[in-house]
Amino acid sequence: MTPELLQVVWLTVWVATLATLVMVPPGVALAWVLARGRFPGKALLETLVALPLVLPPVATGYLLLRLLGRRGALGPWLESLDLEVIFTWKAVLLAMVVMGLPLLVRTARAGFEQGTRRYEQMAETLGAGPLRVFFTISLPLARRSVLAGALLAFSRALGEFGATIVVAGSIPGETRTISVAIYGLLETGRDEQATVLLLASLAIAFTAVWVSNRLAREAV
Amino acid sequence: MSRCVEVPLTLEVRLRQGRFVVDVAWSGACGTLGLFGPSGSGKTTVLEVVAGLRRAAAGRVLVGERVLVDTRARVDMPARLRRVGYAPQDAVLFPHLTVRGNILYGADRGPGAPLEDVLQMLEIERLIDRPVSGLSGGERQRVALARALMSSPDLLLLDEPLAAVDVPRRRRILAALPRWLDERQVPALHVSHDAEEIAATADCVLVLEDGRLAASGTAEMLRNPPAARG
Repeated sequence: MTPELLQVVWLTVWVATLATLVMVPPGVALAWVLARGRFPGKALLETLVALPLVLPPVATGYLLLRLLGRRGALGPWLESLDLEVIFTWKAVLLAMVVMGLPLLVRTARAGFEQGTRRYEQMAETLGAGPLRVFFTISLPLARRSVLAGALLAFSRALGEFGATIVVAGSIPGETRTISVAIYGLLETGRDEQATVLLLASLAIAFTAVWVSNRLAREAV
Repeated sequence: MSRCVEVPLTLEVRLRQGRFVVDVAWSGACGTLGLFGPSGSGKTTVLEVVAGLRRAAAGRVLVGERVLVDTRARVDMPARLRRVGYAPQDAVLFPHLTVRGNILYGADRGPGAPLEDVLQMLEIERLIDRPVSGLSGGERQRVALARALMSSPDLLLLDEPLAAVDVPRRRRILAALPRWLDERQVPALHVSHDAEEIAATADCVLVLEDGRLAASGTAEMLRNPPAARG
């Protein structure tokens, strides 16, 4: 593998890992709120969270561009913070988070909805407050779903293409991820290099699924 | 067995679950109040209202001076503040914790009791470091009871707590439990469909049928039912 391709693989894995770590806390919190909460606007929140699953990824990327670009809704605010997002690795991260979050929330939510309620109630009768119940009962009991959700989101992040290409482009060493690179290589007829990246993707995906299955078994 | 301690209790619970209506009202001073009746008579529902796991449509629940529920005054104390020790029939042990982790979960709520005493009374000393997944039904129930006792309750709620425990052991525990509760001045509500069990622990008894109070009296009533006295 050439240093150029290695850099592509490394950047993808590194940013996808970071994206997964970034989305787990809010993702788990959202999953719990949607599983347990009763509040006005819940249906709206549910829809917003699920939207990236059904919206064309390129459209999601464009939406992010409209929000975060220099002339976007949040552009002046980001500029005042001296924060440049669009066409940097941070845009790659953001695209991965937005596209992966719905999968994490859905899977983790199912975990919270599968029979943890009665244990939570029992903990309440024993004097535990909401935070203690969450960290000592709800989260440990739903850990397999949270883990499975995080792995799904990670896998989704690895393969992210549509939103990334729009919001981050294809800058070598900065925003060129595996998917973006394969597309570029095929476009320019460099099939051999594309195949190398294909094999790398296969290896990473295989490892992710294998590790996820192992973890799920051990967590029983 | 009659208790030395008597605590004023008020139990007024009215609620509807589909077509099933629970409507029970009773107050009196009691050490252990037995709720007796066949399956489906509403005993567990009443207990869950007292524990704070279910809402009454109307009613009041008072333990001594403490108001746990008063729907007119819009009082519905959260379960975590009620200081009840609840031992449900299906135990509901936390599956990811050991026996010790379960028993000590609520132990930081008050001075508690010496762990050794509770383990000894319930005959579970040798289970303490086991995961709960391998326990038998009777063992699970005894661990659930230990967890309730260790949580420094102001009121103990027992729902068929020893139904799966073998008879000789159940008799030993039922004989020791009232003494243990008297020493700590803890009143109890004991739900069972077993007249012998209720007669062994309760000093007052409410008989429920189809969600309504069919009779109330002392435990004598169950030992010598009116029909048997002819």
